Amino acid sequence: MEYLFDIFLIAIGAALINNFVFYYFVGICPFIGVSRQVDMAVGMGSAVTFVMIIAVFISWTVTSLVLVQGAPVSSWVAGFFMSSEQAAKIDLTILAYIVYIFSISSSVQFVEMYMRKFYPPLYKSFGVFLPLITTNCAILFACLTVMSKVVGVENPAEAWDLGRALVLGIFGGLGFTIAIVIMAGIREELDLCDIPVPFRGAAITLIVGGIIAMAFMGFTGVDSGIRTALM
Amino acid sequence: MSKLPTPSERFIQGILPENPVYRQLLGLCPTLAVTNGLKPALTMAVAVGLVLLCANVIVSLIRDLLKPHLRIVIFTLTIATFVTIVDQVLSAYMYQMSKTLGPYIPLIIVNCIIICRCEVCASRQGPLAAAGDAVGQSLGFGLALASIAAVREILGTGMLLGIPMLPAAWPPWVIMVLPPGAFLTFGLLLAGVNWIRAWRTNRPQRGN
Repeated sequence: MEYLFDIFLIAIGAALINNFVFYYFVGICPFIGVSRQVDMAVGMGSAVTFVMIIAVFISWTVTSLVLVQGAPVSSWVAGFFMSSEQAAKIDLTILAYIVYIFSISSSVQFVEMYMRKFYPPLYKSFGVFLPLITTNCAILFACLTVMSKVVGVENPAEAWDLGRALVLGIFGGLGFTIAIVIMAGIREELDLCDIPVPFRGAAITLIVGGIIAMAFMGFTGVDSGIRTALM
Repeated sequence: MSKLPTPSERFIQGILPENPVYRQLLGLCPTLAVTNGLKPALTMAVAVGLVLLCANVIVSLIRDLLKPHLRIVIFTLTIATFVTIVDQVLSAYMYQMSKTLGPYIPLIIVNCIIICRCEVCASRQGPLAAAGDAVGQSLGFGLALASIAAVREILGTGMLLGIPMLPAAWPPWVIMVLPPGAFLTFGLLLAGVNWIRAWRTNRPQRGN
Protein backbone atom coordinates (compact mmCIF):
# COMPACT_ATOMS: atom_id res chain seq x y z
CA MET A 1 0.00 0.00 0.00
CA GLU A 2 2.77 2.38 1.02
CA TYR A 3 4.59 1.40 -2.16
CA LEU A 4 1.58 1.99 -4.41
CA PHE A 5 1.05 5.35 -2.79
CA ASP A 6 4.65 6.27 -3.42
CA ILE A 7 4.30 5.23 -7.07
CA PHE A 8 1.15 7.32 -7.40
CA LEU A 9 2.88 10.40 -6.03
CA ILE A 10 5.85 9.93 -8.38
CA ALA A 11 3.39 9.59 -11.28
CA ILE A 12 1.42 12.77 -10.69
CA GLY A 13 4.59 14.57 -9.68
CA ALA A 14 6.25 13.78 -13.00
CA ALA A 15 3.18 14.32 -15.18
CA LEU A 16 1.56 17.38 -13.64
CA ILE A 17 3.07 19.05 -10.59
CA ASN A 18 6.67 19.17 -11.77
CA ASN A 19 5.88 18.91 -15.46
CA PHE A 20 9.09 18.44 -17.44
CA VAL A 21 8.36 21.30 -19.81
CA PHE A 22 6.63 23.85 -17.61
CA TYR A 23 8.55 23.31 -14.39
CA TYR A 24 12.01 22.06 -15.35
CA PHE A 25 12.21 23.57 -18.86
CA VAL A 26 13.59 20.43 -20.43
CA GLY A 27 12.55 19.49 -23.96
CA ILE A 28 11.87 23.12 -24.90
CA CYS A 29 13.42 22.74 -28.36
CA PRO A 30 10.82 20.24 -29.69
CA PHE A 31 8.18 22.08 -27.67
CA ILE A 32 8.82 25.19 -29.78
CA GLY A 33 9.76 23.42 -32.99
CA VAL A 34 7.32 20.55 -33.49
CA SER A 35 4.20 21.89 -31.82
CA ARG A 36 2.53 23.18 -35.00
CA GLN A 37 -0.09 20.46 -35.60
CA VAL A 38 -1.81 18.23 -33.11
CA ASP A 39 -1.09 14.96 -34.92
CA MET A 40 2.62 15.73 -35.19
CA ALA A 41 2.67 16.68 -31.53
CA VAL A 42 1.06 13.35 -30.61
CA GLY A 43 3.69 11.49 -32.65
CA MET A 44 6.51 13.44 -31.04
CA GLY A 45 5.05 12.96 -27.59
CA SER A 46 4.70 9.21 -27.96
CA ALA A 47 8.22 8.95 -29.36
CA VAL A 48 9.59 10.86 -26.37
CA THR A 49 7.62 8.70 -23.95
CA PHE A 50 8.90 5.56 -25.64
CA VAL A 51 12.54 6.63 -25.59
CA MET A 52 12.22 7.88 -22.04
CA ILE A 53 11.02 4.48 -20.85
CA ILE A 54 14.00 2.80 -22.54
CA ALA A 55 16.34 5.45 -21.14
CA VAL A 56 15.24 5.21 -17.52
CA PHE A 57 15.36 1.42 -17.75
CA ILE A 58 18.95 1.54 -19.03
CA SER A 59 20.07 4.24 -16.65
CA TRP A 60 18.58 2.50 -13.62
CA THR A 61 20.11 -0.84 -14.59
CA VAL A 62 23.53 0.56 -15.41
CA THR A 63 23.65 2.83 -12.38
CA SER A 64 22.65 0.31 -9.76
CA LEU A 65 24.44 -2.69 -11.27
CA VAL A 66 27.66 -1.13 -12.53
CA LEU A 67 28.28 2.48 -11.59
CA VAL A 68 27.29 2.94 -7.97
CA GLN A 69 29.77 2.20 -5.19
CA GLY A 70 29.73 -1.50 -4.30
CA ALA A 71 27.66 -2.38 -7.37
CA PRO A 72 27.58 -6.13 -8.14
CA VAL A 73 29.05 -6.13 -11.66
CA SER A 74 31.90 -3.67 -11.10
CA SER A 75 33.00 -5.26 -7.83
CA TRP A 76 32.79 -8.74 -9.39
CA VAL A 77 35.01 -7.71 -12.30
CA ALA A 78 37.41 -5.84 -10.05
CA GLY A 79 37.52 -8.88 -7.75
CA PHE A 80 39.81 -10.58 -10.27
CA PHE A 81 42.46 -7.90 -9.86
CA MET A 82 42.33 -6.85 -6.23
CA SER A 83 41.11 -7.89 -2.82
CA SER A 84 37.36 -7.94 -2.32
CA GLU A 85 37.40 -5.05 0.20
CA GLN A 86 39.13 -2.83 -2.32
CA ALA A 87 36.80 -4.01 -5.07
CA ALA A 88 33.73 -3.06 -3.08
CA LYS A 89 34.99 0.53 -2.84
CA ILE A 90 35.08 1.11 -6.59
CA ASP A 91 32.89 4.06 -7.54
CA LEU A 92 32.34 4.65 -11.23
CA THR A 93 29.70 7.38 -10.99
CA ILE A 94 32.12 9.87 -12.52
CA LEU A 95 31.54 8.08 -15.83
CA ALA A 96 27.77 8.33 -15.56
CA TYR A 97 27.18 11.08 -18.16
CA ILE A 98 29.28 9.44 -20.85
CA VAL A 99 27.73 6.04 -20.21
CA TYR A 100 24.18 7.39 -20.31
CA ILE A 101 24.62 9.31 -23.51
CA PHE A 102 26.35 6.44 -25.24
CA SER A 103 23.95 3.72 -24.13
CA ILE A 104 20.84 5.76 -24.85
CA SER A 105 21.88 6.85 -28.31
CA SER A 106 23.01 3.38 -29.34
CA SER A 107 19.91 1.64 -28.02
CA VAL A 108 17.61 4.16 -29.65
CA GLN A 109 19.44 3.67 -32.92
CA PHE A 110 18.92 -0.06 -32.56
CA VAL A 111 15.20 0.27 -31.77
CA GLU A 112 14.78 2.59 -34.73
CA MET A 113 16.33 0.08 -37.14
CA TYR A 114 14.25 -2.75 -35.68
CA MET A 115 11.08 -0.74 -36.00
CA ARG A 116 11.78 0.33 -39.56
CA LYS A 117 12.30 -3.29 -40.56
CA PHE A 118 9.46 -5.00 -38.71
CA TYR A 119 6.79 -2.39 -37.94
CA PRO A 120 6.70 0.08 -40.86
CA PRO A 121 3.34 1.69 -39.88
CA LEU A 122 4.56 2.34 -36.34
CA TYR A 123 7.80 3.70 -37.76
CA LYS A 124 5.83 6.05 -39.96
CA SER A 125 3.76 7.40 -37.07
CA PHE A 126 6.58 8.18 -34.68
CA GLY A 127 9.79 6.45 -35.70
CA VAL A 128 10.90 9.40 -37.77
CA PHE A 129 11.22 11.45 -34.60
CA LEU A 130 13.43 8.92 -32.85
CA PRO A 131 16.88 10.08 -34.04
CA LEU A 132 15.89 13.67 -33.24
CA ILE A 133 15.16 12.97 -29.62
CA THR A 134 18.18 10.90 -28.71
CA THR A 135 19.85 14.13 -27.79
CA ASN A 136 16.78 15.67 -26.22
CA CYS A 137 17.30 17.22 -22.80
CA ALA A 138 14.13 15.64 -21.42
CA ILE A 139 15.52 12.15 -21.91
CA LEU A 140 18.85 12.85 -20.22
CA PHE A 141 17.03 14.74 -17.50
CA ALA A 142 14.93 11.67 -16.67
CA CYS A 143 18.13 9.60 -16.45
CA LEU A 144 19.76 12.15 -14.15
CA THR A 145 16.70 12.19 -11.90
CA VAL A 146 16.87 8.42 -11.61
CA MET A 147 20.60 8.66 -10.93
CA SER A 148 20.07 11.20 -8.15
CA LYS A 149 17.64 8.80 -6.49
CA VAL A 150 20.02 5.84 -6.69
CA VAL A 151 23.46 7.38 -6.11
CA GLY A 152 24.31 9.09 -2.86
CA VAL A 153 21.12 8.11 -1.05
CA GLU A 154 21.99 7.90 2.65
CA ASN A 155 19.52 5.19 3.58
CA PRO A 156 19.89 2.24 1.14
CA ALA A 157 16.23 1.29 1.69
CA GLU A 158 15.18 4.62 0.21
CA ALA A 159 17.01 4.14 -3.08
CA TRP A 160 14.58 3.79 -5.96
CA ASP A 161 13.84 0.38 -7.39
CA LEU A 162 13.21 -0.30 -11.06
CA GLY A 163 9.42 0.08 -10.69
CA ARG A 164 9.68 3.65 -9.44
CA ALA A 165 12.17 4.54 -12.16
CA LEU A 166 9.89 3.16 -14.88
CA VAL A 167 6.91 5.06 -13.47
CA LEU A 168 8.96 8.24 -13.64
CA GLY A 169 9.80 7.50 -17.28
CA ILE A 170 6.23 6.70 -18.32
CA PHE A 171 4.58 9.63 -16.60
CA GLY A 172 7.36 12.09 -17.37
CA GLY A 173 6.85 11.26 -21.04
CA LEU A 174 3.11 11.58 -20.59
CA GLY A 175 3.55 15.01 -19.03
CA PHE A 176 5.66 16.06 -22.01
CA THR A 177 2.96 14.75 -24.38
CA ILE A 178 0.25 16.68 -22.51
CA ALA A 179 2.31 19.86 -22.71
CA ILE A 180 3.15 19.60 -26.40
CA VAL A 181 -0.40 18.60 -27.42
CA ILE A 182 -1.95 21.52 -25.51
CA MET A 183 0.55 23.83 -27.18
CA ALA A 184 -0.16 22.42 -30.64
CA GLY A 185 -3.90 22.87 -30.15
CA ILE A 186 -3.40 26.49 -29.19
CA ARG A 187 -0.99 27.13 -32.05
CA GLU A 188 -3.46 25.76 -34.62
CA GLU A 189 -5.90 28.43 -33.43
CA LEU A 190 -3.16 31.07 -33.25
CA ASP A 191 -2.58 30.72 -36.99
CA LEU A 192 -5.93 32.42 -37.52
CA CYS A 193 -5.12 35.34 -35.23
CA ASP A 194 -3.70 38.69 -36.13
CA ILE A 195 -0.47 38.70 -34.13
CA PRO A 196 1.82 41.75 -34.13
CA VAL A 197 4.71 41.03 -36.50
CA PRO A 198 7.61 40.94 -33.97
CA PHE A 199 5.74 38.37 -31.86
CA ARG A 200 5.16 35.91 -34.70
CA GLY A 201 6.77 32.51 -34.36
CA ALA A 202 8.70 31.65 -31.24
CA ALA A 203 7.93 34.76 -29.19
CA ILE A 204 4.17 34.26 -29.00
CA THR A 205 4.70 30.53 -28.40
CA LEU A 206 6.87 31.33 -25.38
CA ILE A 207 4.35 33.79 -23.98
CA VAL A 208 1.50 31.29 -24.40
CA GLY A 209 3.78 28.72 -22.76
CA GLY A 210 4.23 31.12 -19.84
CA ILE A 211 0.48 31.42 -19.40
CA ILE A 212 0.06 27.63 -19.47
CA ALA A 213 2.92 27.35 -16.97
CA MET A 214 0.97 29.64 -14.65
CA ALA A 215 -1.99 27.29 -14.96
CA PHE A 216 0.28 24.33 -14.16
CA MET A 217 1.49 26.17 -11.05
CA GLY A 218 -1.99 25.53 -9.72
CA PHE A 219 -0.95 21.91 -9.17
CA THR A 220 1.67 22.96 -6.61
CA GLY A 221 0.97 21.31 -3.28
CA VAL A 222 -1.42 18.72 -4.68
CA ASP A 223 0.93 15.91 -3.59
CA SER A 224 1.16 17.02 0.03
CA GLY A 225 -2.62 17.57 0.04
CA ILE A 226 -3.20 14.00 -1.12
CA ARG A 227 -0.70 12.74 1.42
CA THR A 228 -2.46 14.42 4.32
CA ALA A 229 -5.86 13.32 3.02
CA LEU A 230 -4.92 9.66 2.74
CA MET A 231 -2.46 9.11 5.55
CA MET B 1 31.75 25.36 -52.04
CA SER B 2 31.44 28.92 -50.88
CA LYS B 3 34.19 30.54 -48.90
CA LEU B 4 33.99 29.85 -45.19
CA PRO B 5 34.14 32.75 -42.72
CA THR B 6 37.51 33.64 -41.21
CA PRO B 7 38.16 33.26 -37.46
CA SER B 8 37.49 36.92 -36.70
CA GLU B 9 34.26 36.87 -38.73
CA ARG B 10 33.16 33.79 -36.81
CA PHE B 11 33.93 35.61 -33.58
CA ILE B 12 31.96 38.74 -34.48
CA GLN B 13 29.01 36.80 -35.89
CA GLY B 14 28.48 34.83 -32.71
CA ILE B 15 27.96 37.83 -30.47
CA LEU B 16 25.02 39.62 -32.06
CA PRO B 17 24.26 38.86 -35.74
CA GLU B 18 24.00 35.12 -35.09
CA ASN B 19 23.31 35.22 -31.38
CA PRO B 20 22.67 31.59 -30.37
CA VAL B 21 19.68 32.40 -28.16
CA TYR B 22 17.91 35.32 -29.80
CA ARG B 23 18.62 34.59 -33.45
CA GLN B 24 19.05 30.82 -33.66
CA LEU B 25 16.80 29.81 -30.72
CA LEU B 26 19.29 27.24 -29.50
CA GLY B 27 20.06 26.13 -25.98
CA LEU B 28 16.73 27.22 -24.60
CA CYS B 29 16.80 24.77 -21.70
CA PRO B 30 19.44 26.57 -19.61
CA THR B 31 18.28 29.92 -20.97
CA LEU B 32 14.95 29.49 -19.25
CA ALA B 33 15.98 27.36 -16.29
CA VAL B 34 18.94 29.10 -14.68
CA THR B 35 18.05 32.73 -15.36
CA ASN B 36 16.21 33.41 -12.10
CA GLY B 37 19.35 35.16 -10.87
CA LEU B 38 22.30 36.84 -12.55
CA LYS B 39 24.92 34.80 -10.69
CA PRO B 40 23.78 31.30 -11.70
CA ALA B 41 23.22 32.60 -15.23
CA LEU B 42 26.80 33.87 -15.53
CA THR B 43 28.21 30.65 -14.04
CA MET B 44 26.20 28.68 -16.55
CA ALA B 45 27.46 30.85 -19.40
CA VAL B 46 31.08 30.32 -18.32
CA ALA B 47 30.54 26.56 -18.02
CA VAL B 48 28.96 26.36 -21.47
CA GLY B 49 31.73 28.56 -22.87
CA LEU B 50 34.49 26.32 -21.53
CA VAL B 51 32.86 23.15 -22.81
CA LEU B 52 32.16 24.76 -26.18
CA LEU B 53 35.74 25.98 -26.55
CA CYS B 54 37.31 22.61 -25.67
CA ALA B 55 34.84 20.56 -27.71
CA ASN B 56 35.13 22.84 -30.73
CA VAL B 57 38.92 22.72 -30.75
CA ILE B 58 39.06 18.94 -30.29
CA VAL B 59 36.45 18.29 -32.98
CA SER B 60 38.25 20.63 -35.31
CA LEU B 61 41.54 18.78 -34.76
CA ILE B 62 40.00 15.38 -35.52
CA ARG B 63 37.71 16.60 -38.30
CA ASP B 64 39.47 14.63 -41.02
CA LEU B 65 39.03 11.37 -39.16
CA LEU B 66 35.27 11.69 -38.69
CA LYS B 67 32.92 9.35 -40.52
CA PRO B 68 29.67 11.10 -41.50
CA HIS B 69 27.27 8.64 -39.87
CA LEU B 70 29.18 8.48 -36.61
CA ARG B 71 30.01 12.13 -36.18
CA ILE B 72 27.10 13.08 -33.91
CA VAL B 73 28.03 10.28 -31.51
CA ILE B 74 31.64 11.45 -31.48
CA PHE B 75 30.54 15.04 -30.84
CA THR B 76 28.34 14.00 -27.94
CA LEU B 77 31.02 11.83 -26.36
CA THR B 78 33.60 14.62 -26.65
CA ILE B 79 31.18 17.06 -25.09
CA ALA B 80 30.23 14.60 -22.33
CA THR B 81 33.88 14.23 -21.36
CA PHE B 82 34.37 17.97 -20.95
CA VAL B 83 31.05 18.37 -19.17
CA THR B 84 32.15 15.75 -16.64
CA ILE B 85 35.34 17.74 -16.05
CA VAL B 86 33.45 21.01 -15.62
CA ASP B 87 30.95 19.32 -13.33
CA GLN B 88 33.69 17.92 -11.09
CA VAL B 89 35.52 21.26 -10.96
CA LEU B 90 32.32 23.09 -10.11
CA SER B 91 31.36 20.73 -7.31
CA ALA B 92 34.89 20.89 -5.92
CA TYR B 93 35.32 24.67 -5.85
CA MET B 94 31.79 26.11 -5.98
CA TYR B 95 29.73 23.53 -4.13
CA GLN B 96 26.76 25.79 -3.40
CA MET B 97 26.54 26.93 -7.01
CA SER B 98 26.70 23.38 -8.30
CA LYS B 99 23.77 22.52 -6.02
CA THR B 100 21.82 25.49 -7.38
CA LEU B 101 22.47 24.59 -10.99
CA GLY B 102 21.76 20.94 -10.23
CA PRO B 103 20.95 18.83 -13.29
CA TYR B 104 21.44 21.72 -15.71
CA ILE B 105 25.23 21.29 -15.71
CA PRO B 106 25.08 17.69 -17.02
CA LEU B 107 22.35 18.84 -19.41
CA ILE B 108 25.02 20.92 -21.20
CA ILE B 109 25.84 17.64 -22.97
CA VAL B 110 22.63 17.84 -24.97
CA ASN B 111 22.76 21.61 -25.34
CA CYS B 112 22.02 22.19 -29.01
CA ILE B 113 24.39 25.18 -29.24
CA ILE B 114 27.48 23.01 -28.82
CA ILE B 115 26.39 20.23 -31.16
CA CYS B 116 25.33 22.83 -33.71
CA ARG B 117 28.67 24.69 -33.54
CA CYS B 118 30.61 21.43 -33.84
CA GLU B 119 28.55 20.56 -36.89
CA VAL B 120 28.50 23.97 -38.57
CA CYS B 121 31.98 25.25 -37.83
CA ALA B 122 34.40 22.89 -36.09
CA SER B 123 33.92 19.91 -38.39
CA ARG B 124 34.82 22.06 -41.41
CA GLN B 125 37.39 24.59 -40.29
CA GLY B 126 40.70 24.64 -38.49
CA PRO B 127 41.25 24.99 -34.75
CA LEU B 128 41.76 28.75 -34.89
CA ALA B 129 38.41 29.42 -36.57
CA ALA B 130 36.77 26.92 -34.24
CA ALA B 131 38.19 28.64 -31.18
CA GLY B 132 37.13 32.08 -32.43
CA ASP B 133 33.69 30.74 -33.16
CA ALA B 134 33.43 29.15 -29.72
CA VAL B 135 34.44 32.34 -27.91
CA GLY B 136 32.06 34.47 -29.98
CA GLN B 137 29.13 32.13 -29.52
CA SER B 138 29.75 31.84 -25.77
CA LEU B 139 29.88 35.61 -25.44
CA GLY B 140 26.59 35.83 -27.30
CA PHE B 141 25.13 33.14 -25.09
CA GLY B 142 26.36 34.87 -21.94
CA LEU B 143 24.95 38.19 -23.14
CA ALA B 144 21.53 36.65 -23.79
CA LEU B 145 21.50 34.83 -20.45
CA ALA B 146 22.59 37.94 -18.58
CA SER B 147 19.90 40.08 -20.22
CA ILE B 148 17.11 37.66 -19.29
CA ALA B 149 18.49 37.06 -15.80
CA ALA B 150 18.87 40.77 -15.06
CA VAL B 151 15.27 41.51 -16.02
CA ARG B 152 13.95 38.59 -13.99
CA GLU B 153 16.05 39.29 -10.93
CA ILE B 154 15.30 43.02 -10.83
CA LEU B 155 11.56 42.61 -11.31
CA GLY B 156 11.29 39.51 -9.15
CA THR B 157 13.31 40.57 -6.11
CA GLY B 158 14.00 44.27 -6.63
CA MET B 159 17.72 43.58 -6.35
CA LEU B 160 20.61 42.80 -8.65
CA LEU B 161 23.41 40.69 -7.13
CA GLY B 162 22.23 41.79 -3.66
CA ILE B 163 22.22 45.52 -4.48
CA PRO B 164 18.76 47.10 -4.27
CA MET B 165 17.81 48.50 -7.69
CA LEU B 166 14.19 49.50 -7.23
CA PRO B 167 12.52 51.70 -4.58
CA ALA B 168 11.60 49.86 -1.39
CA ALA B 169 7.90 50.42 -2.07
CA TRP B 170 8.18 48.23 -5.17
CA PRO B 171 6.31 44.97 -4.62
CA PRO B 172 8.50 42.08 -5.80
CA TRP B 173 6.89 40.26 -8.70
CA VAL B 174 7.44 36.75 -7.38
CA ILE B 175 6.10 35.28 -10.62
CA MET B 176 9.21 36.55 -12.39
CA VAL B 177 11.57 34.22 -10.51
CA LEU B 178 9.14 31.29 -10.86
CA PRO B 179 8.98 29.18 -14.06
CA PRO B 180 6.24 31.19 -15.87
CA GLY B 181 8.31 34.35 -15.54
CA ALA B 182 11.06 32.73 -17.61
CA PHE B 183 8.72 32.09 -20.52
CA LEU B 184 7.15 35.54 -20.34
CA THR B 185 10.44 37.45 -20.03
CA PHE B 186 12.13 35.56 -22.81
CA GLY B 187 9.07 35.83 -25.06
CA LEU B 188 8.88 39.59 -24.60
CA LEU B 189 12.64 40.12 -25.00
CA LEU B 190 12.62 37.98 -28.14
CA ALA B 191 9.80 40.05 -29.58
CA GLY B 192 11.74 43.18 -28.67
CA VAL B 193 14.85 41.93 -30.46
CA ASN B 194 12.77 41.03 -33.53
CA TRP B 195 11.21 44.47 -33.49
CA ILE B 196 14.56 46.30 -33.25
CA ARG B 197 15.93 44.16 -36.06
CA ALA B 198 12.95 44.85 -38.30
CA TRP B 199 13.21 48.55 -37.51
CA ARG B 200 16.92 48.66 -38.37
CA THR B 201 16.52 46.89 -41.70
CA ASN B 202 13.44 48.87 -42.76
CA ARG B 203 14.76 52.25 -41.64
CA PRO B 204 14.98 54.62 -44.60
CA GLN B 205 18.64 55.10 -45.47
CA ARG B 206 19.73 58.65 -44.86
CA GLY B 207 22.47 59.95 -47.11
CA ASN B 208 25.74 60.49 -45.32
